[in-house]
Amino acid sequence: MSAQLLQFLLSGLTVGAIYALVALGFAIIYNASHVINFAQGEFVMIGGMATVSFIDAGLPLPLSIVLAVGAAALVGLLLEKLAIEPARNASVVTLIIITIGASILLRGLASLAWDKKIHALPAFSGEAPIALGGATLLPQTLWVLGVAAVVLALLWWFFNRTLTGSAILAVSHNRLAAQLMGVSVRRVLLVSFGLSAALGALAGILIAPITFTSWDVGVMLGLKGFAAAILGGLGSGPGAVVGGLALGMIESLGAGYLSSAYKDVFAFLIILAALVVLPNGLFGRRTSERV
Amino acid sequence: MLLLLPLALPNAYTYEVAILVGLNAIVCVGLNLLVGFAGQVSLGHAGFFGLGAYGSAILAARYGWPPLAALAAATAATGALAWLIGRPILRLKGHYLAMATLGFGIIVSIVVANEDRVTGGPDGMSVPPLSVLGTAIAGEKTWYWLVAALLVATVWVALNLIDSPRGRALRALHGSETAAQAIGIDAARHKLSAFVISALLAAAAGALTAHYAGFITPAKASFLHSIELITMVVFGGMASTFGAVVGAAVLTTLPQFLTVFKEYEMVLLGAVMMLTMIFMPRGLVPTLEKALAAARRKPL
Amino acid sequence: MLLRAENLCKRFGGVSALEALDLEIEAGAVHSIIGPNGAGKTTLLNLLCGIYRPEEGRVRIREQSMVGRAPHEFAAAGIGRTFQNLQIFFNMSALENVMAGRWLHERSSLAAALLRLPSLARAERACRAHAQELLAFVGLDAWRDAPSEALPYGALKRLEIARALAAKPALLLLDEPAAGLNPTETLEIDRLIQRLAAAGVTIVLVEHNMKLVMGVSQHVVVLDYGRKLAEGSPDAVRRDPKVIEAYLGVEAS
Repeated sequence: MSAQLLQFLLSGLTVGAIYALVALGFAIIYNASHVINFAQGEFVMIGGMATVSFIDAGLPLPLSIVLAVGAAALVGLLLEKLAIEPARNASVVTLIIITIGASILLRGLASLAWDKKIHALPAFSGEAPIALGGATLLPQTLWVLGVAAVVLALLWWFFNRTLTGSAILAVSHNRLAAQLMGVSVRRVLLVSFGLSAALGALAGILIAPITFTSWDVGVMLGLKGFAAAILGGLGSGPGAVVGGLALGMIESLGAGYLSSAYKDVFAFLIILAALVVLPNGLFGRRTSERV
Repeated sequence: MLLLLPLALPNAYTYEVAILVGLNAIVCVGLNLLVGFAGQVSLGHAGFFGLGAYGSAILAARYGWPPLAALAAATAATGALAWLIGRPILRLKGHYLAMATLGFGIIVSIVVANEDRVTGGPDGMSVPPLSVLGTAIAGEKTWYWLVAALLVATVWVALNLIDSPRGRALRALHGSETAAQAIGIDAARHKLSAFVISALLAAAAGALTAHYAGFITPAKASFLHSIELITMVVFGGMASTFGAVVGAAVLTTLPQFLTVFKEYEMVLLGAVMMLTMIFMPRGLVPTLEKALAAARRKPL
Repeated sequence: MLLRAENLCKRFGGVSALEALDLEIEAGAVHSIIGPNGAGKTTLLNLLCGIYRPEEGRVRIREQSMVGRAPHEFAAAGIGRTFQNLQIFFNMSALENVMAGRWLHERSSLAAALLRLPSLARAERACRAHAQELLAFVGLDAWRDAPSEALPYGALKRLEIARALAAKPALLLLDEPAAGLNPTETLEIDRLIQRLAAAGVTIVLVEHNMKLVMGVSQHVVVLDYGRKLAEGSPDAVRRDPKVIEAYLGVEAS
């Protein structure tokens, strides 16, 4: 394999892992509530920016990360409690507009709490590039891939082996039946939002040393996460991961071999083509209406 | 009401806002046909707006076309494009359709921002003023009457369409696509025509905006603008043509008021959006209509 | 022959919902399709109106093959349908639901619609009058201007029939019209179907209510596990030992 191709694949895998985490956030919330949370990208932003603040305040990196993820999760819980729950009987479109309003609100608050400049996070374990088969690898990339893999394993364990996780899955399949089985949908929604926010924040923190962070970094990342979730098939966890990785690779290869300005155009065209062929995404549930 | 408004407007600035409201309202009425009545979704309508704007701008500025012809051609070409991509895209449903329209909008905004030789790139390009038969349309008052007339015409035609058998067919599709098919309504064809009509209106409004402002930037084709448009429609009340106009009016003027608060503008805008949708989930106009109807039913 | 099904097969993944089904529907008669739940009755109806495409076999309407056609083309060919899970247009009033049903017979042009020409007003008045007649025919005169959400379940079932009739179908497929109705409402549906039959509408009825079925049909088809178990006149089917064993049961002596 040529060194150049390897380089593109590695960077594609890295950014793809980030997209996968953001996409999982979309999938989890969608499964619990059938709502697309357009504020998901802002959790990514909060993760990165909050960590920067904590570090500037003198806290060590690991503690800053934990606090930042916690802060984002808190914002996620607040969003669910204050905005989604009061509107729980509204139509899906209305709920989407509410999350759009939330994303604007959060970005506005971010521009006030912080500023509109670009900030950098220190790389977790230094900047010395590692040579791998002719390509160079940033140590941060290993962090991204490693943490993402661990998170995925933890999520798998959570959804398949714990009661809360099963409850969330139950709600996603049939809300009424789950309620009749004693599942508290309100708690499930809260946990889903908190979890998705934490995932988004983690993604933002992992990638910040490489691509920097700023008050509006959430818009594009959120959008790409959404695209990845759709590509993989909305509501499918594995789909979100595969979609994220695929999107990252496509983007990276497009940037490398075509043009860096048009990498997003290339990626979205591929997604559009994929949707035309597979209208429910790669792993989406093919629902047929019972008439 | 549109006729009385100029009496209330004190200066050129408010005329400008009114004109922008009118142009946004034209897009929203069209978008409402697609979203509120046909029950589809589009998160990329700024793409059509931008194509109409840039198409007309490029034809007029770089190729010397008479502005009216440029406007007509750009609008027609955008409609044709909508027809072409609508066929495969409208087979998608729900969030998948949302993604496809989103992708389309983003593709347009990136192309427009990057092809700087033709479009002037991220800084935009200047656009010659609109002229009909040699006389330029200039001045806020002239534009106001033009836009007001076009808005009234658009609303009138939209209302006619909705009250007609075709409008019923669209609403039937929204009610139950299966049952609509069972009474002979060709779902694909009707969804496509709603899509194309809304694209034509967006493109026309885009071209008019470009000629009015004398300038066009890629921001007008951006994802954020698409979100603004869909928010106006939902905020005003879906499946309500007047709702679309009201939504456009409120959400175009609101940011103007909020600039007073300078850096708090975004925070307040977001808060207003959230609070209104939480407390008036069906949108402004339907909620007001219901309240009025309830008030009328109360015994005096 | 109004409608002919030849060797229809419908499979979902590995599950076979319908196998090798042949059916002939004569104009002017009431045909019933009965069988236990899961026998494939609704699947058959969905195939007959184009909602499902068969894996094998074909549907012919007036000897024209309908292979590959979309549901709205089936409707245009004369098939009308009501649904087991109501598919009422809840975003419209009861009257508008029936008016919508007349879509295939609307004759106004796009220009007339967009410009609100007088010809449109005339067409709309005629459409409204027809719809009101149909509502009266099914006994829903009182609910004319009500939003369809306001109608009780039994009335909604009749509304669906009125909407289907508005298209002037040659063949009307009724999918469990009496399901979920109390005895009074069932009697009303029974009378309505009798009125339709008397008016010469060809009907294919899927029902579990045996009294209803046996009382109104000329021809009965019994399905079991996706295959035709028996067919014939109501009396013949009622006495068929295979049918009794699979579905009807023996009367307690």
